[in-house]
Amino acid sequence: MFMLTVNGLKRQIDVVPEMPLLWVLRDELGITSPKYGCGIAQCGACTVQIDGVAVRSCQARMADVAGKAITTLEAVGNGKLHPVQEAWIEHQVPQCGYCQAGQIIQAISLLETIPQPTDEDINEVMSGNLCRCGTYERIRAAIHAAAEKMGGK
Amino acid sequence: MGEMPHLSRRSFVFGSVAVASGVAFGQFAQAQQAVSSAATTNPLAAGLGPHSVTFNPWVEISPERITLIAQHADKGQGVGSIQPLLIAEELDLEPDQFEIRFAGPSPAYFNTGFAHELAPFMAADQSPEAEKARAAALEWLRKAGLQMTGGSSTIPDTYDKLRMAGAVTRETLKAAAAKRTGVAAADLRTEAGNVVLPDGTKIPYVALSADAAKITPIADVKLREPSQWRFIGKPMERLDIRSKVTGDMKFGIDRKMDGMVYAAVKLNPNKGQPIRSYDASKAQSMPGVKKILKISNGIAVIATNSWYAMQAAERVDCTWEPSKYPAEQAEHWNVVASSFAPQFLAKEWRHDGDIDTGLKDGTLVEAEYRAPYVGHQPLEPLNGIGIVTDTGMEIWAGHQTPQSVQYIAATAIGMKPEQVTFHNEWMGGSFGHRLEFENIRVLAEIANQLRGTPVKLVFSREQDFLQDIPRQIAMGRYRGSVKDGKIIAADFQVAATAPFKELLARMGAPSNDPDGQLAVGIWNVYYDIPNYRATSFEVQGLSPSTTWRSVGASANGFFTESFIDELIHAAGLDPLMARIQMCKIPIYRKLMETVGEMADWKGPLGSGKGRGVAFVESFGTSVAEIVEVTMTDFGIKIDKVWVAADVGKVVDPVNFENLVQGGVVWGLGHAMNCELTYAKGAVQQTNYHHHEAMRMYQCPVIEVRGLENDYTVRGIGEPPVPPAAPALANAIFAATGKRIREMPFNKFIDFV
Ligand code: FES
Ligand code: FES
Repeated sequence: MFMLTVNGLKRQIDVVPEMPLLWVLRDELGITSPKYGCGIAQCGACTVQIDGVAVRSCQARMADVAGKAITTLEAVGNGKLHPVQEAWIEHQVPQCGYCQAGQIIQAISLLETIPQPTDEDINEVMSGNLCRCGTYERIRAAIHAAAEKMGGK
Repeated sequence: MGEMPHLSRRSFVFGSVAVASGVAFGQFAQAQQAVSSAATTNPLAAGLGPHSVTFNPWVEISPERITLIAQHADKGQGVGSIQPLLIAEELDLEPDQFEIRFAGPSPAYFNTGFAHELAPFMAADQSPEAEKARAAALEWLRKAGLQMTGGSSTIPDTYDKLRMAGAVTRETLKAAAAKRTGVAAADLRTEAGNVVLPDGTKIPYVALSADAAKITPIADVKLREPSQWRFIGKPMERLDIRSKVTGDMKFGIDRKMDGMVYAAVKLNPNKGQPIRSYDASKAQSMPGVKKILKISNGIAVIATNSWYAMQAAERVDCTWEPSKYPAEQAEHWNVVASSFAPQFLAKEWRHDGDIDTGLKDGTLVEAEYRAPYVGHQPLEPLNGIGIVTDTGMEIWAGHQTPQSVQYIAATAIGMKPEQVTFHNEWMGGSFGHRLEFENIRVLAEIANQLRGTPVKLVFSREQDFLQDIPRQIAMGRYRGSVKDGKIIAADFQVAATAPFKELLARMGAPSNDPDGQLAVGIWNVYYDIPNYRATSFEVQGLSPSTTWRSVGASANGFFTESFIDELIHAAGLDPLMARIQMCKIPIYRKLMETVGEMADWKGPLGSGKGRGVAFVESFGTSVAEIVEVTMTDFGIKIDKVWVAADVGKVVDPVNFENLVQGGVVWGLGHAMNCELTYAKGAVQQTNYHHHEAMRMYQCPVIEVRGLENDYTVRGIGEPPVPPAAPALANAIFAATGKRIREMPFNKFIDFV
């Protein structure tokens, strides 16, 4: 039995220690914003925050994240829209949207470390997040817009 | 039409349609017909609750809610939003006043948007003969009742039809209100989900549902003038954007059902071949595993969650029946190369002038081009939920042809199609993948062995790659000649597997006609070249192939527009100016002039920079692109892309831009670095690191302009793809002097 705090709620989980967090969230807890895309750290669709840091949940074993605090897209705005989400809506980023939870969580993490990112910074941090629909340009624009909203702090 | 006297005609894709008979309907008449004929077989009628009403297959009103039906499936292209908004435009609904539901299978949802693609006339041809053929094709489509999302046809299909559906509903609700209040219908108006009386009193539509059910729908309605539109042509928020940004959107893969079990599969990677035997001893005792089942082409593990199931499936040792197609990729290419022979001739689609004399008359230019198998690999892997009982099957999955889902599932388990109930889901991409059926067939087989239990099947990414039926493999043998600074002959021969024909056969509708998709990009070429021939050969006995975003044009467009560039170069002309001068269709010339203006095209750039241009019409939509690259120490860097596309009417401008940008990223990314290759009968690429396409760091700025000069409204999902690869190859040539004639380009040059 493992303990996990997910989006502020304490949860008990009975799975094998090596089960990736992604599948714990999706299939055991029914939290579906983290997506399965590749399972091998190639696409970023499964990205969540573990203790505030953006991590590929398909690579995080249950035993290694037990007791930690997980935040998924459903809760990044604390009940409101996060400025990054607002920017995503304004720029109408998603097409199919399947990659976008991962993109948004990665972008939040980027802006927390680099409040005014350049295009190069964005390339550096966001290139691990695949978008098969090709929304990259809008993601770039939305990140710059979010940086502005967040006041570059 | 006057400007194009020499157009030959291609045969109908779906078999022969009687071209001669019938009246040439205008678009409006077509829409009216579609709405009224569909109404006689309205599939919504059967499921109506008490005091509810439906006027046509797209609108349902109950005392509680208004539901608008999206007949075209949403794979991310935004049609789950624009279809209801087209209805709402005429029905006077606000975006938050209705629910959206995807259509179930029904011939009422036949796709009128295929009429243009089926008629054997080029897109620009507005002659009475062409219009007659389109009308005949429409008639055929009505009879066939084929409901399919694809071929960039959603907007052409629904632009008039759904506005008409909205208008019929509005007028009928007004009639119901008139009857109830005694006020003449002409004195009533509608606003935000209400019928409004002259004194300002509002009657909500939902309050009129019971009354409206008792009257005959008003058929004689007028569509609004564009000046009155609230949504169409204006920047609007796609209705699915917010839920995709908050994480609330449920895709097929996110659905859960009480009591369901999870399934994962390991299938014969020799596509289409059965399993011989298997040993599950290692997998049996793995955690979470409930059961291991044999299905026709592999095994399925049933477990308590998807991950347990996938882990165990990988541990089952299977012996496979070997492939019927060649085991090794080199042999696939040999087969393609040897298919330029009379016995494989599909069709000579066009022959203008005298090609043999033309080729001899000037300086001969020859080149061979290749386009490999490529994967679709939308980010949401194939999945589905199914439950089989003794009386039927129910399926929840994202798919582009609902009726075929019924057919495939029923056939797999010995039921009748009408015993299968299908619920469509929002899809995490498709690109043609969800026109195929592997997940549906496998799901039916598994659920049939677990009657009464809902089964959720999710393909692992690796299985998805291995079972992905790829784009056609294609080779172009091109010859042409130039004389006195002019292209005087072009002879385009393409040998390829037949993607659309194969898909139709798998859908249970085999055809003996040559695959019309193999003509696209070699036949519908609008340059003034006096001696011109376009021929396709159908390659037999290779891997199955299917439609991949932009289908035939994805390979042929690359071949043709690269070779035109070679001819223009040989003639000593400017790539853009020469294309504009040679182009016979005024609106297409305008399109190329526009993209030239956008890029401020002034000829060669020098200093390691180069620009390439390409122009391809596919699915009736003309698209011109200019790509600019720089040769750096680390390889080619794509700096910027300019795109002009003419769709007659840009219906949803923000989404239009997004789709065009995405199409360019798709076209460039796969041309740069993607192919699927076979070894020992199986595809060698099993995840994204083998088949990466474009990532953020390689994505250029993509500037988009939509033009509205075409005489009819066109789609935009696929047409931005074909020009991207040739424009990039032509840019690389301009920057480096190196011609790349085979995709993926990274076999020949590095990219940053
Ligand atoms: S699913 Fe985790 S990176 Fe792709
Ligand atoms: S929006 Fe479809 S994968 Fe990114």
